[in-house]
Amino acid sequence: MSQKHEKLIDKKGLRLDGRKPEELRSVQIEVGILPNADGSAYIQQGKNKILAGVYGPRELHPKHLALPDRTVLRCRYHMAPFSVQERKSPAPSRREIELSKVIRESLEPSIFLEYYPRTGIDLFIEVLQADGGTRCASITAASLALADAGIPMQDLVAACAAGKIDDIVVLDLMDTEDKIGSADVPVALMPNLNAITLLQMDGILTFEEFEKAVNLALEGCRKIHAMQKEALKTKYVNVKEVEE
Amino acid sequence: MSSIIVSLKRKQIAEFIEKEKRLDGRGLLDYREIVVEPGVIERAEGSARVLLGKTEVLAGVKIGIGKPYADTPNEGVLTVNAELVPLASPTFDPGPPKENAIELARVVDRGIRESKVLDFKKLCIIPSKKVLVVFVDVYVLNHDGNLIDASALAALAALLNTKMFNYEVEGDEVKIKSDLTQLPVRKHPIAVTFAKIGDKLIVDPWLEEEQIIDARLTVTTDDDGNICAMQKGGNGYFTPKEVLKAVKTAREKAKEIRKKLKW
Repeated sequence: MSQKHEKLIDKKGLRLDGRKPEELRSVQIEVGILPNADGSAYIQQGKNKILAGVYGPRELHPKHLALPDRTVLRCRYHMAPFSVQERKSPAPSRREIELSKVIRESLEPSIFLEYYPRTGIDLFIEVLQADGGTRCASITAASLALADAGIPMQDLVAACAAGKIDDIVVLDLMDTEDKIGSADVPVALMPNLNAITLLQMDGILTFEEFEKAVNLALEGCRKIHAMQKEALKTKYVNVKEVEE
Repeated sequence: MSSIIVSLKRKQIAEFIEKEKRLDGRGLLDYREIVVEPGVIERAEGSARVLLGKTEVLAGVKIGIGKPYADTPNEGVLTVNAELVPLASPTFDPGPPKENAIELARVVDRGIRESKVLDFKKLCIIPSKKVLVVFVDVYVLNHDGNLIDASALAALAALLNTKMFNYEVEGDEVKIKSDLTQLPVRKHPIAVTFAKIGDKLIVDPWLEEEQIIDARLTVTTDDDGNICAMQKGGNGYFTPKEVLKAVKTAREKAKEIRKKLKW
């Protein structure tokens, strides 16, 4: 973590992009935008632009991976080569493989996997442009894509990160804050069950700071959850208009 | 293991844990015996073998000279890799590391990196051109559960055991001298992994417990009790209360382990 920027928070207490410490970036979500997928969603959070598509439940290949008592959720988180400053090789990096795993494990608790034994659900996430907090925005979009595919779920999973910059705990870190800041705590939540399904942390935090960061992130998740529900409803409102 | 045996085992283990007991006789928050044996590989700059119960991990440190990353031209490089060696378990396959090995390496890496065990600025030889590269390779030799904690211990023990070459800079050339100095290690981050079974939290799950748990949470804390890395895994969830309880317990457990190992 280099110290090129002196201050991430100015004298008025505002961040580089003019946000207050506890403010989310602007979020736009659209559900059902990929014609071929069984379910899909697109999210813009700050400059993050992320697509999620779901295929399934469908026959699983190779077949030996199938389970007799539940469906198998497979997840691929992938960043486009042009999504970051320096071109990223399209081959999956170690980071992408780890994120694919933690994203899958953040969504599995929400799905009634036992409803579709011997099948597979494939979830593909493409980060078209990255601006910090892509794993959280990916989870938010992916959960909506699963819902859009009509897969029975206990709750939508909403995700949001909190972190520490200039010794202040803030919500929803953008790229520069993530790189220069001193800690990052991504969290995913099923708000109706108060269940944390993703929790990672890197940096240095005291117990008190950690507690504050988690609570702030959970608050962010609840706000995003409200936007997810709105986005899901909007899809059907629009369908109605077309029919008339 | 077939899913039927797992679900039978699950019932038995869950019933025990409900009564605050475990099949191997431990309390819910007890670790298995930890044995650390440093300096087992003479060819490596540093090494250590760690036994956590029957889980066995060997870590080796090699130091080389390489190029720094473009965004950190004045800092040395740390690379952590983990191999789930196929002789360690019937469930490990040969081939390039898959997601479990990659996650293991990255969680161990974060613990060391974020707690600032190494002073990366001091590993710089010629800015933008030459820096020291510290390779930590974690070799799992027997899998009996909780590979994260065992690997984190082995990696740190190997770094503590590392003696690196001295060097002289002449223009753009780096001359390696024959004498050795201790690699400075500033912190002792300890990873403590919790498993959730029903609504109970246990530490240091062994293999049979690991196969049936709902979710796990690893909390790495440094000597000052600060949190430096966390990772949730598994297809279950934690409540906010459980998370805070786990963090508090992790700090105490890490302290105990440091005391026991005299770190």
